[in-house]
Amino acid sequence: MSEGMDLPEHPPDIAAAQQNITGSQQAGSLTSADDLRMIEALRSGNEAAFVSLIDRYHASLLRLAMVFVPSQAVAEEVVQEAWMGVLQGLNRFEGRSSLKTWIFRILTNCAKTRAQREGRSVPFSSLPEFNSNLPEPAVDPERFRGPDQQWPGTWVSFPHTWDEIPEERMLSQETIARIQEAIDDLPPGQRQVITLRDIEGWASDEICTLLGVSEANQRVLLHRARSKVRRALEKYFEEE
Amino acid sequence: MTNLNKIELNCQEVVELVTDYLEQALLPETKDAFVKHVAECPGCDTYIEQVQQTILMLRKLAEQPMFPETRQELLEIFRKWNKV
Repeated sequence: MSEGMDLPEHPPDIAAAQQNITGSQQAGSLTSADDLRMIEALRSGNEAAFVSLIDRYHASLLRLAMVFVPSQAVAEEVVQEAWMGVLQGLNRFEGRSSLKTWIFRILTNCAKTRAQREGRSVPFSSLPEFNSNLPEPAVDPERFRGPDQQWPGTWVSFPHTWDEIPEERMLSQETIARIQEAIDDLPPGQRQVITLRDIEGWASDEICTLLGVSEANQRVLLHRARSKVRRALEKYFEEE
Repeated sequence: MTNLNKIELNCQEVVELVTDYLEQALLPETKDAFVKHVAECPGCDTYIEQVQQTILMLRKLAEQPMFPETRQELLEIFRKWNKV
C-alpha cells in the first residue's frame, strides 16, 4: 500500500503537518501511518521525502540545538550530525514513538554530547533553576500594594493595554529581535521549554517526554519564561 | 469537613496562576476563583491579554526560512547514505 514512490506526487500536506505539531495531544506518543510511509520512502532512497522532512524539521532542530550549545555554527554541526544519526538509525527505528519525537531525541542526544565536550553541559535535573527555592515573581512586586496597605496584592496601577499598538509594530523585526534577546537571557531550562512550547508549538506531554521533566516542573519553567518575555515587551512598548 | 471559605484571589496571586490557567491545569475551585477575579478586574484582564499576545508573538519566531545551501548539504548526506 505505502510505496514511498507515491510521495513526490503527494507531498505531505504542510498544513496537516503544522497542525500535528501544534494541536494533537498524542503527537508525541505513537508512530502514525504518515510516519511509516515516510520511513518507507526514506529507506527506498526517495529524495523528495527527505527534502520534505528537512523542510519540516530542520529550522526547529536548529533552534533546539541552540538551546544546548554555545554558537550557531556549532548548532548547525550538531543538527547535521543528528540528520546523519536519523538516516543511520532508520533501519533500527522500532516505531515506539512518533518519527518526530525520535528525530528530536536524536538531536537532543547529539546536542548534549556536544555541549559536554564544549564544557557547557549540566544534567537537566541539576540545573540551578530546579533546585532553587528563590521566588521568581512574574511581575515586579512593586506593581502591587503591600501587605500593610489597603487592598494588599492589588495593582497600584493597571498594565497598559497593547490593543492600540499597530500590528506592524507588534510583529516588526525589532519586536521579534527584542523577544529573541529576552529568550537568550533566560536560564537553559526556561529557554528550552518556551522554545518548544511557544515557538515550536509542541504539546506539553511531548516536551516532558523529551526533556524528562514532570508536567508541573515544565509549567513552572514555562511560566517564568513567559513572564519574563512579557515583561521585556512591556518595557519595550513603553519606551516611546 | 465543610469548607465555607470560598477561595479568593488577589491580583498578585492571579498573575502567578496565568500559565496554569492557560495550560488548563488549575483545579476547578481555583479556576472558578481565577475567572471570577478576572471578570471583575480590568488590570488582570489586560495582563492576561498581554500574556496571550506574547505567546502569539513568540510563534512568529518559528517562521525563519532555511538556507538553500543547508538543504543542498543535507541532500548530499542523504545521497551518500543512500549509496551505502
